[in-house]
Amino acid sequence: MSQPAIAADTKPWRREGATPFISVRGVTKQFGDFTAVADVDLEIYKSELFCLLGESGCGKSTLLRMLAGFEQATSGTITIDGEDMARVPPDRRPTNMMFQSYALFPHMTVEKNVAYGLLREGLKKSVAYERAAEMLRMVKLEKLARRRPDQLSGGQRQRVALARALVKRPKLLLLDEPLGALDKKLREETQFELIKIQETLGVTFIVVTHDQDEAMTLATRIGVMKDGKIEQIGEPREIYETPNSRFVADFIGSVNLFEGKVDAVAPDMMRIETYELGPVLLPPQAGLTLGQQVWGAVRPERFAISRSKPENTPNTWQGVVEEMGYIGHMSQYRIRLSNGVLIRASQSNRLRDEDPISWDEKVWISVQPSAFRVLTR
Amino acid sequence: MSAGNALTRSAPWRGTAWLMGKLGISGRTLVIAVPMLWLGVFFLAPFFVLGRISLAEALIARPPYTPLFERGPDGSLQIIASLENYRFLMTDALYRNAYLSSIRVALVSTIFALLIGYPIAYYIARAPEPKRSILLLMVILPFWTSFLLRVYAWMGFLRSNGVINNTLISLGIIDAPLRMMQTDFAVYIGIVYTYLPFMILPLYANLTKLDSALLEAASDLGASPFVTFFTVTLPLSLPGIVAGSMLVFIPAIGEYVIPALLGGPDTLMIGRVLWDEFFSSRDWPVASAVAIVMLVLVVAPIMWLQSIQNRREEG
Repeated sequence: MSQPAIAADTKPWRREGATPFISVRGVTKQFGDFTAVADVDLEIYKSELFCLLGESGCGKSTLLRMLAGFEQATSGTITIDGEDMARVPPDRRPTNMMFQSYALFPHMTVEKNVAYGLLREGLKKSVAYERAAEMLRMVKLEKLARRRPDQLSGGQRQRVALARALVKRPKLLLLDEPLGALDKKLREETQFELIKIQETLGVTFIVVTHDQDEAMTLATRIGVMKDGKIEQIGEPREIYETPNSRFVADFIGSVNLFEGKVDAVAPDMMRIETYELGPVLLPPQAGLTLGQQVWGAVRPERFAISRSKPENTPNTWQGVVEEMGYIGHMSQYRIRLSNGVLIRASQSNRLRDEDPISWDEKVWISVQPSAFRVLTR
Repeated sequence: MSAGNALTRSAPWRGTAWLMGKLGISGRTLVIAVPMLWLGVFFLAPFFVLGRISLAEALIARPPYTPLFERGPDGSLQIIASLENYRFLMTDALYRNAYLSSIRVALVSTIFALLIGYPIAYYIARAPEPKRSILLLMVILPFWTSFLLRVYAWMGFLRSNGVINNTLISLGIIDAPLRMMQTDFAVYIGIVYTYLPFMILPLYANLTKLDSALLEAASDLGASPFVTFFTVTLPLSLPGIVAGSMLVFIPAIGEYVIPALLGGPDTLMIGRVLWDEFFSSRDWPVASAVAIVMLVLVVAPIMWLQSIQNRREEG
């Protein structure tokens, strides 16, 4: 197979006319007066690892529970592999869920927990336990098969929950904050393990998380949710580099936002008059009219900080370092411009014996025109 | 914290602490001492008194049994004790039948209380909050009227010309009144009705702790609601079932009032036998032996159930 074909296969959402594996159309869920999910459209392709990202209460878990069948949509349709799920109860859906609390059966051993779903399919006991053991080997828990959940650590329980959800080879695996209960180190390790397992089995994953780092690491695509709506869907890179709103820009990573109006448009350059930075030059962007209100968004790491005035850069300002935080791999700065505006900037610490820019130093900051993202909402 | 320190630093407290230290008593001992004292005075001491009487012989005297110690003709102290009363209980069919029938009645009542109480407890545990409190109150409410009155009320229902018979006759379902009073059936109704809250409350306390995510997980893994109940809900509620069953079984086995009021002459229960021995025959030693044997009969199943539970907890 040639290279481009593989690329197209691993990113079917880029291909025109590709058939989605799961499609959510106009789904709304109301609890009394409260709208948890509002008119959501979503298409997810086979073998994707899709992350629903948002703050608590944004409707991401409700959407997941509707896919699992625990909640009925107030309106709209959900189809999985071409089959309408409207009247299918959770126990007949081709989905399995990994619960946030893991929901392991406390009165059963690890092995029985994992075999539970297989036995419900009517498999023979010997076959079910053989497949359970196979799955436990995959998550490296074969030695703990006879333990009970309360005799396991948090990380081990997480693996049991994953094994139990995967053992039935669901068409779709739903994971509700799968790494939420783990500590930072274990979470990072488990992230990559999860990706490996997902790639090995080729099962479609939908992961709900509030942790943007987790979403960025895991996902093939991310759907950012806010107030029951999907704000933006895209690959991690798209979401980070070309957010479509101030909310997404601010939610994913850290960002400096400058409010202003489109001041001048030329074929190769555009100028925005901002309140905070004055005139800013950037490449022209389609769909903008003269005088339109816009926001310029710049990631902190896109600023260059220097002691001397940089040459040949249009967007340059002078300020004083007000705060500085040394993280190790990078340093974060808060730089106060002469007009009082505070800029968040960061620099990676590439050299070990560098003389670092520090508190109260007068510095120049500059940013390339292409580093600006212009937002209209 | 500071208030607590002020208290422990005050003079009377220091004095008490010093005295306790001298006597080798810790605060922990003091706390445990209260229930221990209670058990000692109101359970253990009467138990030994009963045990001692059960080894004596009946006597027309006051007290109506032979003394434990007696001076022999040569002036030596003799202990007079015999297991004759226990041998008598073993040989006389009346007592054996009474014990067996008490166990049967208590067992059947417990099973019915469980079958009726479980769905009620489950329903209450799953009900939303304001409704749940009201339902719980309704379970406890009957306790606010006298127990005797409630049993008498059942007599009004079950009599030949009682509410049930009159209704059935006026509806033309039966011609002659059904005989319900003075049967084992009436005793079952009385016991199940009276002790149902003792079944419901521990079951409710257990079922309300059941994590609904577990039920969702079972359903997600392909279990129908029916299968979920038998593989998840029921096994996890076993401690509640055991607690509730003990709370019904134990009082039911020694029940006196309900069989006396609702049961017939052929309803043989050990509580009634005990009463007759004490007050009609005035044979305190045999009555004491009956009571001791009953205690053993009640304690044995408790210990058995307890050991099951411990084994489950240890995994």
